[in-house]
Amino acid sequence: MAGIPHDHYEPKTGIEKWLHTRLPIVGLVYDTLMIPTPKNLNWMWIWGIVLAFCLVLQIITGIVLAMHYTPHVSMAFDSVEHIMRDVNGGWALRYIHGNGASLFFFAVYIHIFRGLYYGSYKAPREITWIIGMLIYLAMMATGFLGYVLPWGQMSFWGATVITGLFGAIPGIGPVIQEWLLGGPAVDNATLNRFFSLHYLIPFVIVGLVAVHIWAFHTTGNSNPTGVEVRRKSKAEANKDTVPFWPYFVVKDLFALVLILVIFFMFVGFMPNYLGHPDNYIPANPLVTPAHIVPEWYYLPFYAILRAITFDVLFLDAKFLGVLMMFGSIAVMALVPWLDTSPVRSGRFRPAFKWFFLILVIDFIVLMWCGSRPAEGLVPLVSLLGAIYWFGYFLVILPVLGFVEKTNTPPETIEADFDAHYPPKKD
Amino acid sequence: MIKKTLLTAFVAFGLGLGGTAAYAGGGGDQHVEDYAFSFEGPFGTFDKNQLQRGLKVYTEVCAGCHGLRHVAFRTLGDEGGPQFPADQVKAYAAEFEVYDAELDDTRAAKPSDKFPGSAMETAPDLSLMAKARAGFHGPYGLGINQMIKGMGGAEYVASILTGYTGHEKEQAGTTFYENTAFPGGWISMPPPMEDEQVDFDDGHKNTVHHMSLDVAAFLMWTAEPKMMARKHLGLLAVLFLSFFTVLLYLTNKKLWAPIKRKDA
Repeated sequence: MAGIPHDHYEPKTGIEKWLHTRLPIVGLVYDTLMIPTPKNLNWMWIWGIVLAFCLVLQIITGIVLAMHYTPHVSMAFDSVEHIMRDVNGGWALRYIHGNGASLFFFAVYIHIFRGLYYGSYKAPREITWIIGMLIYLAMMATGFLGYVLPWGQMSFWGATVITGLFGAIPGIGPVIQEWLLGGPAVDNATLNRFFSLHYLIPFVIVGLVAVHIWAFHTTGNSNPTGVEVRRKSKAEANKDTVPFWPYFVVKDLFALVLILVIFFMFVGFMPNYLGHPDNYIPANPLVTPAHIVPEWYYLPFYAILRAITFDVLFLDAKFLGVLMMFGSIAVMALVPWLDTSPVRSGRFRPAFKWFFLILVIDFIVLMWCGSRPAEGLVPLVSLLGAIYWFGYFLVILPVLGFVEKTNTPPETIEADFDAHYPPKKD
Repeated sequence: MIKKTLLTAFVAFGLGLGGTAAYAGGGGDQHVEDYAFSFEGPFGTFDKNQLQRGLKVYTEVCAGCHGLRHVAFRTLGDEGGPQFPADQVKAYAAEFEVYDAELDDTRAAKPSDKFPGSAMETAPDLSLMAKARAGFHGPYGLGINQMIKGMGGAEYVASILTGYTGHEKEQAGTTFYENTAFPGGWISMPPPMEDEQVDFDDGHKNTVHHMSLDVAAFLMWTAEPKMMARKHLGLLAVLFLSFFTVLLYLTNKKLWAPIKRKDA
């Protein structure tokens, strides 16, 4: 791997040399694990490992669940109850898988907001950021598809509403919707293809994650100061970094296990807290639930979707909502080119800090809006929230780079680290 | 300062607002009483005697119209449930008739069979009722009722059974009964129980209030038969992982000490 100079794997024994000249796989693992990592990384840099863990956890539990699940409209709901009641440890697998999705999204949101605050997306890490956004989109798709599988009321009606979004596209919408559903309405064909795709996409995510890691191993990690690791010589780089193994492996593991303590409190004591009770009612196309609500991790974007309640020119409100929802993620993906500030880390941008804080609050307010029936103040607050979301990326970040008076970051990562942990004077 | 605020905000959004998705709606004027059940909280357990009484209420009252199609008779003997002895389970199952596809006829149920479904088409199956009606995530969808007060579907079931006011109305040929716990306030199910309708072998009080709590607890078990095993796993996992966290914390501290120029 290119990037920061460091010691590479040297095969020593005969068999190591034999293998290395044919397949340098040991070297690949060695270089990946020993990558020089900025030694000033704070606790916001642990979420990558949490996410990698979630991906593996979801795939393993999911593969076993798939062995007992039946993707048929007349059997899906009962097969889930079969898992909950008759399969050995099935209830544990399913609760871990369901709450695992929540942990996955909780971690990805912190991971994304960390990147937004510390400017991790800026050159030369745009590709890492874009791949990350693709992973996030694939996660959204997988989560949605998976939620349909238990074939409860929210499964069915969630699928109806979300595929209906595609139907809102003028002209070709209805054709696309029918193609996605495999018929005129959500039915057995829909359930079957959703199951197939729910199984497939996680492996696409695995591939994207590999590229994500490859990309930032090439550029090196970002860090809280936003100052690059010095890389003229190995000696210089060593002053700014420590190898990933063992320093960050152990640190990240500590954080992961602490998070798992909280995770298992959910699994053990309140496994349905984050789910919707209506999904314990079998899907019924004839009965619409009072409020159709997606899973908590889609709520901010669901609020943006519902924010537009009026037609603009020849575009109707529903289609505008769909454009806004996808647009809100698109502007986030384009942030490497929208942020004009020469300073990378938010730590040294006094005005940016406040706009960023408002963005986080905006996200939480939108999440709450998405969970409420669209009545009273909710549509207005959603609209204001959506306007700020777009304003942040399309106006504030581009303008702020020119007008903000920034503070000076430290010269080097070593200087930043030494300021926290002063060298002994003896 | 900002960092702390953000962290607090994230925790708030994870724990508090996270529960908002689970908001089921319900009626604005719906009143669900926060009854205290033995199985609430991380250490709460099912009361075996209460579950057995609840089964009796179910059998003599609910089963006339409702079913439990996900529940197998054999599970009545399972640990963490009503824990009836095997012979009683067998005798109880034999009181029910089930359809056997091989015989193409009905026969007496065996422990391996499941309870019959609802006898009345409009009466919902009760297997999952206590989980499907756990959705009063108030106030304002913040999930406090469930998270802090430990309220769930069992409270809802008990509140419905005790929530009749005695008023009736006719609408489109159907009689509706006023009920303070039902969303909208009017339910089509007539008041199912009267005081002293079911006699308990253990001499427990049999007012509507007591029978409602017993059958609500029983329906919580039918909805979540593995609850005891689940809490046990949760406790073990939390204890083990907490211990592991301490070890990793110490390891990490020692590992980084030379880098941070601290004494290990």
